Amino acid sequence: MTAIATIRIQDADFDIAQEIAAIGKGRTDIGAVVSFSGICRGSENGEPIAALTLEHYPGMAEAEIRRHAEEAMSRWPLSGLTVIHRVGRITPGENIVLVVTASQHRQAAFQAAEFLMDYLKSSAPFWKREESARGSSWIEARDHDDAAAARWTKS
Amino acid sequence: MKVKYFAWVRERIGRAEETIEPPADIRTVGELIDWLAGRDEASAYAFEKPKVIRAAIDHAHVKQDAVISGAREIAFFPPMTGG
Repeated sequence: MTAIATIRIQDADFDIAQEIAAIGKGRTDIGAVVSFSGICRGSENGEPIAALTLEHYPGMAEAEIRRHAEEAMSRWPLSGLTVIHRVGRITPGENIVLVVTASQHRQAAFQAAEFLMDYLKSSAPFWKREESARGSSWIEARDHDDAAAARWTKS
Repeated sequence: MKVKYFAWVRERIGRAEETIEPPADIRTVGELIDWLAGRDEASAYAFEKPKVIRAAIDHAHVKQDAVISGAREIAFFPPMTGG
């Protein structure tokens, strides 16, 4: 059975349990589901933050996630794949991003989820702005996120 | 062609998008950055460190040596911080 990728970019929060249930609904061929959720921390570099605001490039963000979802499905035997990324203002403790991967066995599900998160961090067109007592500023990209994505590049 | 800006590039330039007609001798993304930066103070500030700027042509990431002819939409933005 061909895997279907569900990709959503939305302001609203998502229900992790509901997304996990949806990926396996009506199927008996799935033996492993891995989910990763990224959550807004209440501090950045030791400084408390009030909120994050996420901006994205509409059109390209969906296209870029879809390209990587298709690559994940070509590299691992996945039964299903869901990526949800929120945009707009998000306060500490709230969800930011969700990746759910389903496969017959755990290894493919774990690896595909990690691959997708590494690529979301380094090449999906989203930008975070943080609000704190000192005002608001754009969060800077981290070199280790680029390095994490680079390890999946085939040599 | 249409040009779009995101995050602090957008804020520094002071607009989210515009339509431009660069001269014919502007061939690559890197040359376009230099041309845009030379227009006014706000653009010069946005592109003051051209190596930091990332670009996309028609929704796909490109390097600064990419040729711009035929592009419908070019976007400029800082390194991404999603996920």
